[in-house]
Amino acid sequence: MRYFFLVVALVCSGPAGAQQWEDRQQFGDPDAPTLLRVLSSTDTALFAPVLNDFVDTVPSVSIDYHVAATAEIDQVVRTSSASFDVVISSAMDLQFKLANDGFAARVDGFEQPEWAQWRSSLFAFTSEPATIVVNREAFAGAAVPRTRQDLIRALRDRPDSFRARVGTYDVRQSGLGYLFATQDARTSETFWRLMEVMGNLDAQLYCCSGAMIEDVASGKIAVAYNVLGSYAMARDDLVDQIEVILPQDFQTIMMRTVLVSSGTPNPEGAATFVRHLLQRGQALSTLSATSLPFLDFTRPPAEQSTIALEPALLTYLDRLKSQRFLAEWEDAIIQ
Amino acid sequence: MTSALRSSTSLRRRLNIVLIGGAAVLALLIFLFVRHYTTQIAQQGQDNILKASVSSILDAAVIRNGTLEIDFPYAALSMLNTASDDRVFYAIYQDGALLSGYEALPPAGSESFNTISRTGRFNDVPVRITSAARRLVTSDGVTVISVAVAQTQDALSLTLAGISRTVAFFGAGFFVMATALSFWASSATIAPLNRLAQSITRRGPQDLSPVQKPVPSEMAPLVASLNTLMGRLDQSLRQSEDFIAEAAHRVRTPLATVRSHAEATLQRVEREENRKALRSMVRAIDESSRAAGQLLDHAMITFRADHLERQSLDLAALLRDLVDRLEPVAEMKDISFKLLAPEEVHVLGDPILLQNAFRNLIDNALKYAPAESVIEVHVTNGASACVEIRDQGAGFPPAQIDELVTRFARGENADGTIGSGLGLTIAQDVAVAHGGTLVLQNREEGGACVTFSL
Repeated sequence: MRYFFLVVALVCSGPAGAQQWEDRQQFGDPDAPTLLRVLSSTDTALFAPVLNDFVDTVPSVSIDYHVAATAEIDQVVRTSSASFDVVISSAMDLQFKLANDGFAARVDGFEQPEWAQWRSSLFAFTSEPATIVVNREAFAGAAVPRTRQDLIRALRDRPDSFRARVGTYDVRQSGLGYLFATQDARTSETFWRLMEVMGNLDAQLYCCSGAMIEDVASGKIAVAYNVLGSYAMARDDLVDQIEVILPQDFQTIMMRTVLVSSGTPNPEGAATFVRHLLQRGQALSTLSATSLPFLDFTRPPAEQSTIALEPALLTYLDRLKSQRFLAEWEDAIIQ
Repeated sequence: MTSALRSSTSLRRRLNIVLIGGAAVLALLIFLFVRHYTTQIAQQGQDNILKASVSSILDAAVIRNGTLEIDFPYAALSMLNTASDDRVFYAIYQDGALLSGYEALPPAGSESFNTISRTGRFNDVPVRITSAARRLVTSDGVTVISVAVAQTQDALSLTLAGISRTVAFFGAGFFVMATALSFWASSATIAPLNRLAQSITRRGPQDLSPVQKPVPSEMAPLVASLNTLMGRLDQSLRQSEDFIAEAAHRVRTPLATVRSHAEATLQRVEREENRKALRSMVRAIDESSRAAGQLLDHAMITFRADHLERQSLDLAALLRDLVDRLEPVAEMKDISFKLLAPEEVHVLGDPILLQNAFRNLIDNALKYAPAESVIEVHVTNGASACVEIRDQGAGFPPAQIDELVTRFARGENADGTIGSGLGLTIAQDVAVAHGGTLVLQNREEGGACVTFSL
C-alpha cells in the first residue's frame, strides 16, 4: 500500500463549494497526473480495498473519493455533471433516472451481461439484500423472526419491549430506503402491515444503515427493518450483539450501480476506473479483500428478488406516485 | 461454300438480358416493398406498446374526494423495456399544466382525445412520442388529463437494420436464383435451334430430304420454309443432272450419225477436193464431238466435285481397266502402254471423277506422243497415292506450263491435234476436289510427265 494516503475530510472546502460531505478521502499518489473524482454513497471503509487496488494497478491516477447520501448525489450530478467523473450509488432508481436523462456516458470495451447494465452506461456491480437486524439480547429466549410475518407477530406479542425500539429508513430522506420501501410495497401487502405495526410502536427513523446497525448493537433499538445486509455483515466486531436476518418470505435485493458522468472532462480515465471496478470486483470479493458482495456476472440473479434495471424504476420517482406513496407511508408509520 | 452471315444480337443474350434485368428490377422492388412493409410493422409494434403505456397511465387517473390521483402501475413503464435499453420519457398534464414527468415533452394537444403517435426529438435525441387525453368529471366541472410517453428508437433501428439485412439477403438470393433460372431458360430455349442446326450440318451432301424431327411450334414456319427450299433445291439439282445427261445424249448421238454419214460419203466420192473437204468435215465433227463430250464431262465434274462422294476404291484396278480400254486406240498409233502398279492401291474418292480425270490425261498423252513410243503409267502408294503419266513426246511448252490447266487453254504445239483445252482443267478440278494436286513437268530425257497425287 505504497500509495495509500488518508486525507481527513476537509469540510466546506471541496471543489463543489458549500457541499457538506459525509466523508472525503484521497487515494493514490497525490502528485499523480490524473485525479479522478468519485462521488459515492458507499462508506469509505467498505470501498477502500477496491480503490487501493485500482491506484496500485494504475499508479498514474489518484482518486478523490466523496461520500454523500443518495438523494444528494442525484442533486449534485443534476446541477453540475462536470464536477465528478464517476458516480456510484445504491439508489438504483435515481441512478437509472440519471442515465435515462442523459447524465451517464457510454463505456464500451467489455462484456457485461444484459441484466447487469443499461445502455452500456449504467453498470451494476454488487448484489445486496435488504435485511432485518435484531439485537440478540432483545430476542433472548424468544424465537428470532425469519419472515416479516414473524416480525409482525413478535412486535404484536410484546409491544412493550419494542416500544420506541424499532427502526427503519426514513424514506423521505434516504433514496435507498425509498427504493427498498417501494419495492417491498410492490411485492407484498405485508409491508404496509409491518409499517403500521412499527408506526404503532413509535418507530425510529434513520438516514442510513450504519446508524441503524450502531443503534441495534448498542441496544437502543431491538429491531431494524430494511438494513443494508452488506453493511451489517461487514461488522464482524458486532457479531455478538446483532443478528442479521435475510427474510425468508421474500427478499429485496439491490444492485449498487456505477456510471461515468456525461460531463466528465476525463472520460477515458473514468472508463478505466469503471472497467477495473467491474473486472476486479469479483476477484476481490473472493479474496475476502472487501466485504462488498460483488456480482458474479456469470450467474443471473433470481428473477423476483433482485430489482431489475429497467424503465419501470422511474415509476416511483414520479411526483404524483411518490407524493401518494409518501403520504401513505407517513400515515402508516407516523402516528 | 460458307459465306459469312451477318448476325445481330444473339437470342440467348437477348433472353438473358431481359430475364436478368427483370429479375434485378423485381429483386429491388421486393427489397423496397418488404422493407417498407416490415418497417411499418416494427413501428406499429413500438407504437402499440407506447399506446398501452399511455392508456395504462390514463386509466389510473381518478378523482377521489375532489383531488386527482394518478397511481399508475409499475407495468406502465416496465413494458417499455427493450433489448437495446431505450430511454423513456413521459409527461402528465392536467388542462395543459404539467402535473408530473418531463416538462419539455408536450402532449399532442389536450383537445385530441385520440391516441396519436409521432416521431420527434426530445433532449436532442430522436424519439417516438405517443400521446392521448382523457376527460374526467369533477364536482367543479370537466378536467382533461393528457399523457405523452416517448421512447428512443434504438431497438427499432436495430430491428430495422436486421430486417434490411435479411431482406437484402432474400433479394440477392432471389436475384441469383432468377439469374440461374434465366440462363437455364435461355439455353433450354436455344437448344432446339442448336439441335436443328447440327442435324442440318451433319447431313451428307446429297441429303436434301425435309427435316422430320419435331421442332418447337415457334420454329415450325422457319423449318417449313427450309424444307420447301431444300425440296426446290433438290428438284433443281435433279433437273440439272437430267439436263446434263439429256444434253450429252442429244448432242453426241446426232454427231455420231453425221460422222458416219460423212465417212460413208468419203468412200463414195472420187474427186480429191471433195474428199479433202469431207476429211476436214470428219475432223471437225470429231473435234465437236470431243469438245461436247468434254464440256459435259466438265459440267458433270463441276457438279460432282461440289458434292464429292468418296468411296473406297482400288486406284490400280481403275487404271488397269482404263489402260485396257484405251489399248486399241494406242495400237492404232503404234503406241504401247507400260503400267507399273502395286497389286492394290486403296483410296477414298469418286470413281467416276477419277476415271474421267485419268482418261483425259492418258488421252492427252496418246495425242501428243509420237508413233512407236511408250506411255508409262506409274501408280505409287506412298504417304499419298500418286499416279504419274509419262510420254515421249515434245513435252509442254515451258513458257505456258502454268496456264495449261486453265479452261480452254491449249499449248502452242497443239495445232493439228484435236482438243478442246478442257482435259487438263478437268484433271486439275478432280485433283483439287479430292484435296490433291496436279503437277505438269517436262522430263529431262524429253516428253511430258503429269503427276496426279491424292
